Amino acid sequence: MYDPTVARLTYRGLLGRRRALILGALPVLLIVLSLAVRGFGGADDQVAADVLGGFALATMVPIIGVIAGTGAIGPEIDDGSVVYLLSKPVKRPTIIFTKLIVAIAVTMVFSAVPTLVAGLLLNGNGQQIAVAYTVAALVASIAYAAIFLLLGTVTRHAVVFGLVYALVWEALFGSLVSGARTLSVQQWALAVAQEVAGGDLVTSDVGLPTAVVLLLVVTAGATWYAGQKLRRLTLAGEE
Amino acid sequence: MTELSIDHVSRWFGNVVAVNDITMTIGPGVTGLLGPNGAGKSTLINMMGGFLAPSTGTVTLDGRAVWGNEQIYRHIGIVPEREAMYDFLTGYEFVLANAELHGLGERAAQRALATVEMEYAQDRKVATYSKGMRQRVKMASALVHEPSLLLLDEPFNGMDPRQRMQLMDLLRRMGDEGRTVLFSSHILEEVEQLAAHIEVIVAGRHAASGDFRRIRRLMTDRPHRYLVRSSDDRALAAALIADPSTAGIEVDVAEGALHIQAVDFGRFTALLPRVARDKGIRLLTVSPSDESLESVFSYLVAA
Repeated sequence: MYDPTVARLTYRGLLGRRRALILGALPVLLIVLSLAVRGFGGADDQVAADVLGGFALATMVPIIGVIAGTGAIGPEIDDGSVVYLLSKPVKRPTIIFTKLIVAIAVTMVFSAVPTLVAGLLLNGNGQQIAVAYTVAALVASIAYAAIFLLLGTVTRHAVVFGLVYALVWEALFGSLVSGARTLSVQQWALAVAQEVAGGDLVTSDVGLPTAVVLLLVVTAGATWYAGQKLRRLTLAGEE
Repeated sequence: MTELSIDHVSRWFGNVVAVNDITMTIGPGVTGLLGPNGAGKSTLINMMGGFLAPSTGTVTLDGRAVWGNEQIYRHIGIVPEREAMYDFLTGYEFVLANAELHGLGERAAQRALATVEMEYAQDRKVATYSKGMRQRVKMASALVHEPSLLLLDEPFNGMDPRQRMQLMDLLRRMGDEGRTVLFSSHILEEVEQLAAHIEVIVAGRHAASGDFRRIRRLMTDRPHRYLVRSSDDRALAAALIADPSTAGIEVDVAEGALHIQAVDFGRFTALLPRVARDKGIRLLTVSPSDESLESVFSYLVAA
């Protein structure tokens, strides 16, 4: 199910180009922001939860997920170099699964690790807030990577659609329409985080069982469907 | 012996028919797939390589389906037309990755790079390669597993004459070894130099098939049309129509020109300047009016 050569090509493609700079920019911003907040206002649990919930989990994790998830396959399909993977006796689902693992790992490294660091800087993990949001970021990384990897296999405009989902659906629409929150990776991740934190600083609109089921279904479903799409991927000629 | 069978294959995109009911069998040796740009060569090659499903018909390699069968790539090597190829790797890393995906290792990669004579630049990034170097590394990646069928889409595009010769030598060698090699091109001379067997595709249809000499003759023996302007069009027309190499001449008064249909290309091209000199007529314009590749090919379709 996992092919080390596909993995190597994927992470070198992801981390080699300008993408690495974009991946690094948001975590740096989060940490600078956390330092500033701590420096001006001192340690405050509510502020820590607001920064981690409002910026780290609501904005940074999905954007990193979009970049890593779509970037793990989109550019190869776009420029046609995916032909070198497809013209090999390697199962299509193996290619997708390997790329998913790489996308998840990259999303985790660039989102969960900075979230933990930021949480420690903000209030030294008071009320388990840093750990809770780190767990949320880890959980969200898996689902986002799967969703955006699928998006990368079905559309050439995966980054645009991904950003629209991440910013409009999760951030804006979700705050206006309560039903939209049930279908939000962010809320599912928060449900898990709520369990970790225990207090009332980290809350979710979705119950834990629902969240876990939806996370599993979406991740598995997106990965399976991406494998099917790749199996039937058509490389149109240039004429 | 490897045989690629295309059986009543059509492919359409929306209501555009790119490939129209083509049946052909490609056997060992070098075969050229010739046709003007937009004729459907790439579409056909993509179906041969299993990257596109035929709308109807089947493509099989020694009886096994090509579409949706990734195990078939143990026997197929593909050199795509598109340039993109993991530019952030070195040539060696690229070929090695291709070898690994076949379950092979460094020895296969090194041997393939030696075959295309790219060892000297194998540690440079692909991004720094010239067009010809890219083409050779693409070749190496297609050869790592010693496939019995090699498909190349417009492999000579943008290559300089020396690179072209090297690649031709290599493909000839592959053919002589008994591999089935198929390459596409829109340039007759290219195909003629390399392929003993030619398949011609025009406007999505299979226009001609066979020995290149026969196809070459079909192409040069067709009627040629010329537009000629001279100092005395009528006198020139009268002298030319007396010769059997012309079949018809129209005096176009409005244009101030002659439209000449020549049936014997070789004889007519010698006749025209001689007649003009003998009659003291100055030739102002002599231009073939239907030399576009498309018209040459469409003549073939009718033949």
